[in-house]
Amino acid sequence: MSDKKLQIPIMSELAAQGIEPEVLYWVGCSGSFDARAQKVAVAFAKIMNEAKISFAILGQEESCTGDPARRAGNEFVFQMMALQNIETLNMYKVKKIVTACPHCFNTLKNEYPALGGNYDVVHHTQFINDLIKEGRLVMKGGSAFSGKRITYHDSCYLGRVNGVYEAPREILEKLDNHLVELKRSKTNGLCCGAGGSQMFKEDEKGDKRINVERVEEALESGAEVIVANCPFCITMLSDGIKAKDKQDHVMVVDISEMIVSNKRL
Amino acid sequence: MIQQVLFAIVVVGAFGFALNKYAKIYRNIMLAKDYDTQGNDFQRMKNVGLIAFGQKKMFKRMVPALLHLCIYAAFMITQIELIEIFIDGFTGSHRFFRDALGGFYTFTISFIEILSVLAFVATIAFLARRNALKLPRFHMDEMTGWPKWDGNLILVFELMLIIFIFHMNGADEVLYNMGKSGQHPGEVGSYGFAISQFVGPLMFGWLAEFGDFGIWMLNILERFGWWGHILMVLTFLMYLPFSKHLHIMLAFPNTYFAPLNSRGEMENMPDVMNEVKMMMGLSEMSADAPAEDELPEFGAKDIFGLTWKNMLDAYTCTECGRCSSVCPANLTGKKLSPRKIMMDIRDRAEEVGKNIDSGEQQAHNYDDGKSLFDYISREEIHACTTCNACVEACPVMISPMEPILKLRRYEILTESAGPSDWVPMFTSMENGGSPWAVNDARDKWATDELEKN
Repeated sequence: MSDKKLQIPIMSELAAQGIEPEVLYWVGCSGSFDARAQKVAVAFAKIMNEAKISFAILGQEESCTGDPARRAGNEFVFQMMALQNIETLNMYKVKKIVTACPHCFNTLKNEYPALGGNYDVVHHTQFINDLIKEGRLVMKGGSAFSGKRITYHDSCYLGRVNGVYEAPREILEKLDNHLVELKRSKTNGLCCGAGGSQMFKEDEKGDKRINVERVEEALESGAEVIVANCPFCITMLSDGIKAKDKQDHVMVVDISEMIVSNKRL
Repeated sequence: MIQQVLFAIVVVGAFGFALNKYAKIYRNIMLAKDYDTQGNDFQRMKNVGLIAFGQKKMFKRMVPALLHLCIYAAFMITQIELIEIFIDGFTGSHRFFRDALGGFYTFTISFIEILSVLAFVATIAFLARRNALKLPRFHMDEMTGWPKWDGNLILVFELMLIIFIFHMNGADEVLYNMGKSGQHPGEVGSYGFAISQFVGPLMFGWLAEFGDFGIWMLNILERFGWWGHILMVLTFLMYLPFSKHLHIMLAFPNTYFAPLNSRGEMENMPDVMNEVKMMMGLSEMSADAPAEDELPEFGAKDIFGLTWKNMLDAYTCTECGRCSSVCPANLTGKKLSPRKIMMDIRDRAEEVGKNIDSGEQQAHNYDDGKSLFDYISREEIHACTTCNACVEACPVMISPMEPILKLRRYEILTESAGPSDWVPMFTSMENGGSPWAVNDARDKWATDELEKN
C-alpha cells in the first residue's frame, strides 16, 4: 500500500454510522481461517482498496454458507447456516455480494434464492475483470510473473457449474505472461478433488489422489505457475505439487495475487 | 394371402408383447416420486431440438459422434421404408409408394441405401471400438456379462437389418432387370436405386442363367430379405425394453424434462427448512401442525425416494460411459462409476417391477427387505466430488449426480450415518459456523493485516 492505509470495514460498524457499502465482500471460511487463503483475502481487499470500492465484510456475523454440509447430505446443518446468513444479509439490505470462493459463490447465487435470499452475486474474478474493463484498475508492466509460463485451472463451481470461463482468462490476458491451456480445461476441466465435501474427509480407496492426477497434467504443460480461483483448489493443487516434490519449481496462486504483484500493492 | 395373414399375426403378436413390456417400464418409472416440470416450454423444446434431435452434446467427441450420426440418420430415414413395408405386408402390394412418388421414391430409397452403407461401416467400426480397440470406457467392471453382450448384440442386429435391406432390394433389382418384378410383371427395367442397382446384379445376377428356377430362387431371396428385415425390426422392438438401447426413444422425453434451473442448485427440502426455521425462531410454531409418529424419511434409499425423472434417466442410459470416463473419482481408481449408478437404479427398478408383477409385493407398501444400497455401496456414493463432469458429459441429459446426493441425504439425515470424518465438520459448523474448529475471531485475518500497516 503506497499512500493510503488499507481499509477492511466491518458491516455492523458501517451500519452504525449509517453507511451502506456498494458491495459486501463474502470472505468465506477458507479466507477467514486457512493460512494460505487468508493471503488471498488480503490480496483481494488490497485490490478493492486500490480501485476505491466501497465494501465491507460481515466479520463475526458471517458463517459458512452451508455448501459442504449440503453436499455431504446434511440438509439440517445447511439450513441452519443458510437461514442465519440470509437473516443477516437481509437485515443489512445487502444487494451485491462478491466472493473469492466459487463454492460460496454458487450457494449464495443459486441456492439462497429458494430460501428467501436474493442477491446479485459475483465471483472475484468477474468483479476484477469488470474493474479492469471499466478502467478502475489499470495494469502496469512487469511483475513477479512477467514472462512466466502459466496455466489456468478451472474450478468446477465457477466453470462447469456456473459457466464462467472467460472472465479469469481475460484478466490473465492483461497480465504479462504466457498462458498455456491444460488438456482438460473449461467444460472438460478436471476437478481438484475437494468438492462435494471431499475437502473434509479422507479419500476412498483408489490408485491415486485426484489432485495428483490434476497436478501431473499441469506439470506436463510445462507451466511454472498454476493459477486458480478457489481456496480449495489452491490447497489441493499445492498438496499435489508437494507430493510430486515440485514446490521449488511450480507455484499455485490466486488471480488476485497476480494483480497485487503487478500493481505492487 | 397366406403371407398377409402371417404378417398380421406376427405384427400383432410382436406389438402386443412389446407394448405390455413398455407399459411395465412406464409403471416402474412412475413408482418414484413426482417431479416438478414447470418452466419454459420453449426452452424445453429447444433442448429437444438441439440436444436430442441435433445431438449437440455428442459432438464433444468427433469420431464417435460422426459414426453415431450415420446410424442415427439411417435409422430415422429408414422409417419411411418401414411404413411401406407395413402397407405392403398388410395389403399384399409390392412397393406401394413407388408409383405414387415416382422419381422421389427412387431418390428416397437411394438416400436410405447410401445412409445404410454408412451405417454399416459405422456399425463395424463400433464393434471394433468395443471389442478390438479396448476403449477403457467399454471395459470397466460394470461392463461384463449382460451389458457387454447387450452392446454387441444390438450392433449385430443393426448389421442384419442392413444386410436384409440390400438382400431385398438386390434380388428385386435383378427380377426387374429380367422383367419379373413383383410390381409390374413384364416390364424390363431398373429401380435405379443408388446402391442396389449395382450390388443386386453383383450378388444375384448369376441366378438369371437358371431360367425359371433362377426366377423362383430370386423371388425366394427377395421375400427372405423382406421378411428378414421386418422380423428383425419387430425383434428389435421386443428386445429394446430388455436392453440399454431404449435411448433411441427415451432420449427425447428425457431431454425435454431435463431440469432448466442451474446445475449448482440442489433441490431444496422445504420440510427441513421449515423445521429449522421453527427451531431458530424464524417462524411461528403452527398450533395445528400434525404430530408425526415416526420420523419422515429424508433423501432416498430406494427407487421410491427418487423422482420419476431420475428413473427416466436410468431407463434412458445407453451405457456409453462418457460420464465414467470423465469422473475424477473413477479416473483415479475409486469404485464410483456414474454409469454404474444409473445401471443399478434400472436393475433395482426391474427387480421391484418383477416382484409387483408376480403379486409378491404391492406398489403402495413395497418392502422386500432390499434397497438401492444393496446395489450401490457407501464407498461409491462417498467418493463423488459433485464436480458435475458426469452431468456435463451425458449426451442425453442424465444426471447421475442427483441420485448419489439423494442417497447421501438418506444416509446422513435418516440413518445418521456417513463418513466419520464428516461428523466433526458438522459439529464445527453448528457450533462455530465453520467446517473447521477454530477459536480465532472470523475477522482476525483482517485485523492482523491492518495492524501490520
